[in-house]
Amino acid sequence: MSTELANQLAYLPDYLGQHMLLSFAALGLGLLVSLPLALLLTQSERWQGPVLAVVAAVQTIPGLALLALMVPLFQAIGFAPALAALTLYSMLPMVRNTVTGIADIDPRLVEAGRGLGLTDTQLLFRVQLPLALPVVVAGIRTATVWVVGMATLSTPVGATSLGNYIFSGLQTQNYTAVLVGCVAAAALALTLDQLIRLLELGLRRRERGSIGIAAVLLAALVGLTLVLTGQTPAERQALRIGAKAFTEQYILARLIETRLDDAGYPATVLDSLGSAVAFDALTAGRIDAYVDYTGTIWANYMRRNDNPGRSAVAREVTEWLRAEHGVDTVIPLGFENSYALAVRRADAEALGLESIDDLQPHAADFTLAADYEFFDRPEWASLQLSYALPFGAKLSMDPTLMYQALQAGEVDVISAFSSDGRIAAFDLVVLADPREALPPYDAVLLVAPTAEERHPGSTAVLQQLEATVDDSRMRAANRLADVEGRGIAEAAASLKAAE
Amino acid sequence: MISLRDVSRIFPGADRPAVSGLSFDVPRGSLTALLGASGSGKTTTLKLLNRLEPLHRGRIELAGVDTANLDPVTLRRRCGYVVQGIGLFPHLSIAENIALLPRLLGWSAARRRARVAELLELVQLPPAEYRDRYPDELSGGQQQRVGVARALAVEPEVLLLDEPFGALDPTTRGILQSELRRVQAALELTVVMVTHDVTEALLLADQIVVLEQGEGVFIGSPEALLASEVAPVRALLEAPRQQVAALHDQGVAAP
Repeated sequence: MSTELANQLAYLPDYLGQHMLLSFAALGLGLLVSLPLALLLTQSERWQGPVLAVVAAVQTIPGLALLALMVPLFQAIGFAPALAALTLYSMLPMVRNTVTGIADIDPRLVEAGRGLGLTDTQLLFRVQLPLALPVVVAGIRTATVWVVGMATLSTPVGATSLGNYIFSGLQTQNYTAVLVGCVAAAALALTLDQLIRLLELGLRRRERGSIGIAAVLLAALVGLTLVLTGQTPAERQALRIGAKAFTEQYILARLIETRLDDAGYPATVLDSLGSAVAFDALTAGRIDAYVDYTGTIWANYMRRNDNPGRSAVAREVTEWLRAEHGVDTVIPLGFENSYALAVRRADAEALGLESIDDLQPHAADFTLAADYEFFDRPEWASLQLSYALPFGAKLSMDPTLMYQALQAGEVDVISAFSSDGRIAAFDLVVLADPREALPPYDAVLLVAPTAEERHPGSTAVLQQLEATVDDSRMRAANRLADVEGRGIAEAAASLKAAE
Repeated sequence: MISLRDVSRIFPGADRPAVSGLSFDVPRGSLTALLGASGSGKTTTLKLLNRLEPLHRGRIELAGVDTANLDPVTLRRRCGYVVQGIGLFPHLSIAENIALLPRLLGWSAARRRARVAELLELVQLPPAEYRDRYPDELSGGQQQRVGVARALAVEPEVLLLDEPFGALDPTTRGILQSELRRVQAALELTVVMVTHDVTEALLLADQIVVLEQGEGVFIGSPEALLASEVAPVRALLEAPRQQVAALHDQGVAAP
């Protein structure tokens, strides 16, 4: 077994346990809602169509979007919004199968029951539900496979799942991690599918043996989940370090975690959080610390689109965080990760491109690629305002792929991140911004007051990280992970050694 | 025991009543056959008796009490009902089918078990052999016997049968017909039975009600039916006579 595989498997108990907990909870809750709803619908044919249509419409919302929608709705990240989204997702097959299962019962059997003198309730529980049971269980089976699959998408809303493997693995091009996540999720889905199939067949054929075996094995899986997710008091006490979904964030979160561990403060990392999710989680005290960038806070949360200069932005951001959110510890790490437009060196030399101004005459022939949020960000508006660049085409893509696409000549300009190791690795040229359209992006470690409350002295440990990571070190660490595939742990260790 | 007075039932949207102005009495301990072609309203009439169908007009009394004043569930438990096509619950064993209502009424397991054995013996299915089987393991005739046993489980005063022997082969039908008579006599049951088979009605019934397009065109004894000059009755009687004559012509059967 390769070391990387062994490294990744070390996370399996935690990720798999959380994944199962989330899936089982969603399925249980889904069943608790769907069954009574379906039974009500069998009493009222008028409501069947509309309600089934609504439940089916929920199904058409892309999984990731449904999960993301739950965050503002719940004003929370983590288990609760993920549970709500997965529960909604599980309902369609359960409601539909229960309704059709009951509707498809031979009407003569229903009449026979009524003629014998069964009340409606007795008819439902003694005749209709037992007869529909195999169909109902088939619906639960479908829901189970869907939910186990979709649960991998709950990582970005802060719920740990097997998706942690997949999201962080894709970002850092660690395909061992991606593979472990996919295989584990598929294996879990298949196992549950087969167990419920056994239950379904047992019910159809009245084989008490099959029903018993399936029930015992399912109960064992639920028991295993509780064992895997049972937290020791020390784990509950741990400081929670957030990380957004890109390589630099994983490295820094790991650095912070080891720093705290070394000083005797237990810490865990919640990784692959959405950008706004991380900020909301910190201000609400659900995570204790994470790294953000002054420009992000300036533009996204303070809604500013002016650029008074690097030190002024840093000062105002710090004051705003303290005044508006009570976050009084803002530690500059010493490097900047700003948006920057980058081109191939060959183009830069041939066309004499040094600053964004020089792009102007060529823009119409160029394709610009940017990360998913860039075109909706104030930076893009500000760039347009300052430089008026009529790009021939604009593409949104995964930031990891953006650099390769530029190198391969598929696009001509990208919205690079200035601390990215691939700028040097792929020999790209970052264009100057003489009109200061792009705000500064100094990396700052935000520490919530909860850290000091729960672990006095921990903030002081984190203060020691101030100005310890400069641009070149961060770029080198990013390059280790992104370009050379050396893993997050090694990249974080390189920063620590260099301090 | 049962009396119908000017009973009508109109289905929503139908252009004529399914049952119209029907009046007759069913004496205690007798067997009345509702006879007629498909769509003549005989099954609807049967369902009016246990309120599986609501009454549009008129009045039905059970032992002197207007059924409209009885709780439908209570009424149905007093009237054992054997549905067309048997209607045994496929997910329950024979014993569970028969004991379903006793169970819901809170009978003890021992009492239920004794009752199941008693009823299976009454319909001539050895309990040891049949109680734990499932309906799909039984022949049509055996299922029909279980259907009757189930209808009798909580000792109803009345037994309602909807085409009980319609789907059976002639031999089995003959055996079950005579068994029904035996059970009815033994338990002194009041029976109302729907049939489209004139011979069956003549063989089994004390009283025959002939329905045509929802109206009672004849009410009387089998002897009176044979002597009746009413046109629809003559038509009903002609069919089997013609069959017998046809057989005779081919030299198959004696008249």
